[in-house]
Amino acid sequence: MPSLFQQIQAGKLWDFHGGVHPPTRKAQTAQKPIGVLPLPDRLYIPLRQHIGVAGHVLVSKGQRVLKGQPLTSADNSMAVPVHAPTSGTVMAIAEHTSAHPSALPEITITLVPDGLDEWRSRYPLNLATSDKLSLLERIQESGIAGMGGAGFPAHLKAGLTQPVDYLIINAVECEPYITADDALIQEGAITIVKGIDILCKLLNPKAVLIGIEDDKPIASAALKAACSQREHYYVRDVPTKYPSGGEKQLIQLLTNKEVPAGRRPIDIGIVMLNVGTAFAVAQAVLDDQPLLSRIVTVTGETLSQPQNVLALIGTPVSDLLTFCGYQQQTAGKVIMGGPMMGFTLPDLTVPIIKTTNCILAPSQYELPQPGNELDCIRCSACADACPASLLPQQLLWYSKAKDPAKLDEYNLFDCIECGACAYVCPSEIPLVQYYRVAKAEIREQQREAVKAEQAKARFEARNARLEREKQQRMARNQQLAQAREQAQKTGSNSNAVADALARIKAKKAEQPAPATNREQVLAEREAKKQQAREYQAAKAAANQQPDSVSETAKQEQAVSSEPTVNESATVEPANAKSAAVAAAIARAKAKKAAQAQAEQQETIVEAEQTKQPEAIEQSSPQAATDPRKAAIAAAIARAKAKKQADSEKS
Amino acid sequence: MSFKIASSPHNRISRSTAEIMLLVVVACIPGIIVQALLFGYGVLIQLVLAISTAWLAEALVMQLRAKPVLPRLKDHSAMLTAVLLAIAIPPYAPWWLIVIGTFFAIVIVKQLYGGLGNNLFNPAMAAYVMLLIAFPLQMTQWLPSVSLQPESLSVLDAVCAVFTQYSCSGFSITQLQSGIDGVSMATPLDTLRTDLAAGLTLTESMQQPVFYGIAGAGWLWVNLAYLAGGLMLVKLRVIGWRIPAAVLGSLFLISLLSWLAAADSNPSPLFQLFSGATMLAAFFIATDPVSASTTNNGRLLYGALIGLMIFIIRKYGGYPDGVAFAILLANMAVPLIDYYTRPRTYGHKAKGAGK
Amino acid sequence: MSLLTALLILGGLALVFGGLLGFAAVRFKVQSDPLVEQIDDILPQTQCGQCGYPGCRPYAEAIANGDDINKCPPGGDSTIRKLADLMGVEAKPLNAAQTVAIKRVAYIREDECIGCTKCIQACPVDAIVGASKLMHTVIVDECTGCDLCVEPCPVDCIDMLPVTPTPERWKWDLKAIPITQVE
Repeated sequence: MPSLFQQIQAGKLWDFHGGVHPPTRKAQTAQKPIGVLPLPDRLYIPLRQHIGVAGHVLVSKGQRVLKGQPLTSADNSMAVPVHAPTSGTVMAIAEHTSAHPSALPEITITLVPDGLDEWRSRYPLNLATSDKLSLLERIQESGIAGMGGAGFPAHLKAGLTQPVDYLIINAVECEPYITADDALIQEGAITIVKGIDILCKLLNPKAVLIGIEDDKPIASAALKAACSQREHYYVRDVPTKYPSGGEKQLIQLLTNKEVPAGRRPIDIGIVMLNVGTAFAVAQAVLDDQPLLSRIVTVTGETLSQPQNVLALIGTPVSDLLTFCGYQQQTAGKVIMGGPMMGFTLPDLTVPIIKTTNCILAPSQYELPQPGNELDCIRCSACADACPASLLPQQLLWYSKAKDPAKLDEYNLFDCIECGACAYVCPSEIPLVQYYRVAKAEIREQQREAVKAEQAKARFEARNARLEREKQQRMARNQQLAQAREQAQKTGSNSNAVADALARIKAKKAEQPAPATNREQVLAEREAKKQQAREYQAAKAAANQQPDSVSETAKQEQAVSSEPTVNESATVEPANAKSAAVAAAIARAKAKKAAQAQAEQQETIVEAEQTKQPEAIEQSSPQAATDPRKAAIAAAIARAKAKKQADSEKS
Repeated sequence: MSFKIASSPHNRISRSTAEIMLLVVVACIPGIIVQALLFGYGVLIQLVLAISTAWLAEALVMQLRAKPVLPRLKDHSAMLTAVLLAIAIPPYAPWWLIVIGTFFAIVIVKQLYGGLGNNLFNPAMAAYVMLLIAFPLQMTQWLPSVSLQPESLSVLDAVCAVFTQYSCSGFSITQLQSGIDGVSMATPLDTLRTDLAAGLTLTESMQQPVFYGIAGAGWLWVNLAYLAGGLMLVKLRVIGWRIPAAVLGSLFLISLLSWLAAADSNPSPLFQLFSGATMLAAFFIATDPVSASTTNNGRLLYGALIGLMIFIIRKYGGYPDGVAFAILLANMAVPLIDYYTRPRTYGHKAKGAGK
Repeated sequence: MSLLTALLILGGLALVFGGLLGFAAVRFKVQSDPLVEQIDDILPQTQCGQCGYPGCRPYAEAIANGDDINKCPPGGDSTIRKLADLMGVEAKPLNAAQTVAIKRVAYIREDECIGCTKCIQACPVDAIVGASKLMHTVIVDECTGCDLCVEPCPVDCIDMLPVTPTPERWKWDLKAIPITQVE
């Protein structure tokens, strides 16, 4: 029995369960040269285009940036920077429709190219003399995230320290229509192999396996030619079957190993990177060219010239479609990604990002809208197609029933959302959509559960703290009372007042619990609110800005001021003051009206309304008329407030 | 205008549920033709009655459930149920029998359980069993094959027979059921059971004219026709190979063993395979996806269970053919079978090795 | 005599089995969570008091003592369902007086805050930081959205804002994607 490595060397391939054979329709774009897009008017560069966190923005609005200049920093290991794909000016840093199925807005840098395409200075590394650390740093700083679709930061994979048996380069590209990797290999096989060399230096694998589907003979031959000098690089033509390009499926195809559930490929000594990632690594290290552009397949029957184009990261989809002769159809859709796993775009300003490999604009007949969802007839064609050997119809059943325990039992989270099940379903049930919703729901529940646990802990900690403080207070009061008694006993002539005070305190200590009477509590709260208002009014006057006096919200604050301020301030005209008072009343009324639920509360509202005007009048003798003087007064008040704050601190 | 939003995958295989159902119906046609030629045209009338009843019943229920009627009729599932029931019952059974049966199949067995996809039992077989228990006389009045019938019946005769139980020339069904020699003839399976119970040996029993050929006059050809249709379905991947193979395999194996053990009281494996409704059951009824097992190993188990049950009921049961009971019993076991034959998910250890 | 034998045998058997059962009850006792603990685990722990009890645990105790299970708006239907499962009662719709809202958390408009510490005292999970006469702020990640800080604020500077959706937490609601009209 030959060892696994010997079998792999001998060219043996294995198979994975299920899979489907959708029409590939790659001929439309595969043999054409890569088109080069003219410089777009605007580039929309989302801060985060990978799995992980966004780096911090390094540029500001209006700043001129050079080609290749980082726009965000790689300030932690999960961050990958984005770069200016060409020279130009930063027009905005604002939210823009994201290249995500949700199309939720994300922070995006808008760049206006100046047409000069002026590079920053570049420092290529010498592979022979560079150490691993500088190589990894370069990969991270060049903004390389997995280009196959998931967008996992490449430096994290390349920086793994566990022993690596096989480095697998994924050139399978099993999704129908897409030929971006095919085109890249045909033109840049040599660079790709150089990139693999760099990755080998970092990971030191026993062998490199390059998987490519057997419907790309030209690319496969190019890769084999480029690898001919490398002894332990093996190019393997895998049979065309969807989804053989899935990470787990390709591992099974090439090595007959399975990644245990919940683990990563490195746990079985395998690292997999996309062929585009290898290309980008080579460019980053050898040319110091960060990830600025990528090859995108633009295809579909609504285009007169479907082809692969080299597009700058951030190019709006509309530019690509226009370049390829898009004839918009009524009731059409535009898909980012392939027909099996891609997502539809709500508008065409969505930018190309690092993981975008295809823009598909099909005609209605090519990829029709899904028909009516019928009942499942339990034909289990889905189970036969599932590459993860799941039971999709059971999962559907439990997804509909929202039964997380059963979903877990049937391994919902092993679903790779490849879409094979929904593809074969005769009842046109959007199975994957059900699973996505169920997964999102379960993740949310898990988050909620964690949060509830924390909240409970915090609640209990808070209760414990309150209890402790209460005990301490009681102890202190008791001590004081005792001390006083002591003082009394030691013969100082009984002071009636002190005596009374001590009694009161003792009494209070006996019943430290807060007043139980609701009205009493509310009354107390009102009183405190009153105090707070006075304080706020004083503070507001101190911060008073002349130009904001007219604002209703500020008026109330403007009316009152502390005596120290008053001395330097002149009298405000009566009408302004009454207006402010009116506004305050109106505001109080609005607040109370919104809250008004119990009668009790309402009575208090009335009490407050009658109280409030006088209170404000009392606390607000005179205010500024002259804006200039008011400003001076405000400045003085601010200074005083600050001094006070400082003294309080110290 | 705006862009359409849809969830992936955006392309789908073109075969729909309706097409699958229709293909199964089409694959029944060779069998139906042979049956009509060999056992009289009654089956055609039963088909017409059954299909119209099924459509009416389905439409009625959909109306009551306030759901769209047309799309449901267009999925052909009701028609398939009707066809299977119509070819399963005696061709000259009275008209109300098939009407009651079809109505029961659609309304009670299928729709009351939640409609297409939710019924635990195969509707056609559940209805068949219900009829068999409720109307045992009418359900066993199979005529011998045409070659053995004293009178040949025209289409018109068939219509008369189904609606009045008398042919146009005034023969009653019972008369027609009798052979040329005036002895009432049941199906080969029925005859065999009666004879064996009466103490006759197999060889003695097989002397009767009803046993002409391997599996009784006519029955061989009917079964061969259904076998052909079934193989076509397998070839077109409408049904999987596992269930039919398991049904036939287990039936063959166990009847072979019993035949080898006691050739005188057990019919040969070939007789078992080509008599009664064996082929119809293996390819058309057991493979009904709704009520069959859904896992690969489960399907083998489910099919084997049906084969075993057919043999046991044929040999020891109180009814001549055990297909319907066998399938219903296996239907009951499906949830259990499915639960214990779940495939190993990628990346998980095999069951038993612990989670 | 035979009667006596029968009685003795049966009595002996009863004793033996009784003893076995008693032993099993002690030896194999299952330490299950007390009911209140289990209920408390299901409740969302917002400590909001919208059920009429001062926190989740008191409500859990009340449920254990027979109170209705449908008084927890933050938990929503899923909590009611789980409670119904646990208590073996019918799931009821949420009590009409309490309405389910989309998830919100508190935000303090910081330039308006006067530093009164009222909200800090009201917060059941200590999710508001700040000191007397200094601006306060909400630790958004710890906020349970219970609303309890809104009422005490004397200057109304606390808003309950819906949690902004992120792509990571998006629930694949394709229908919610705004459609852009194009020419």
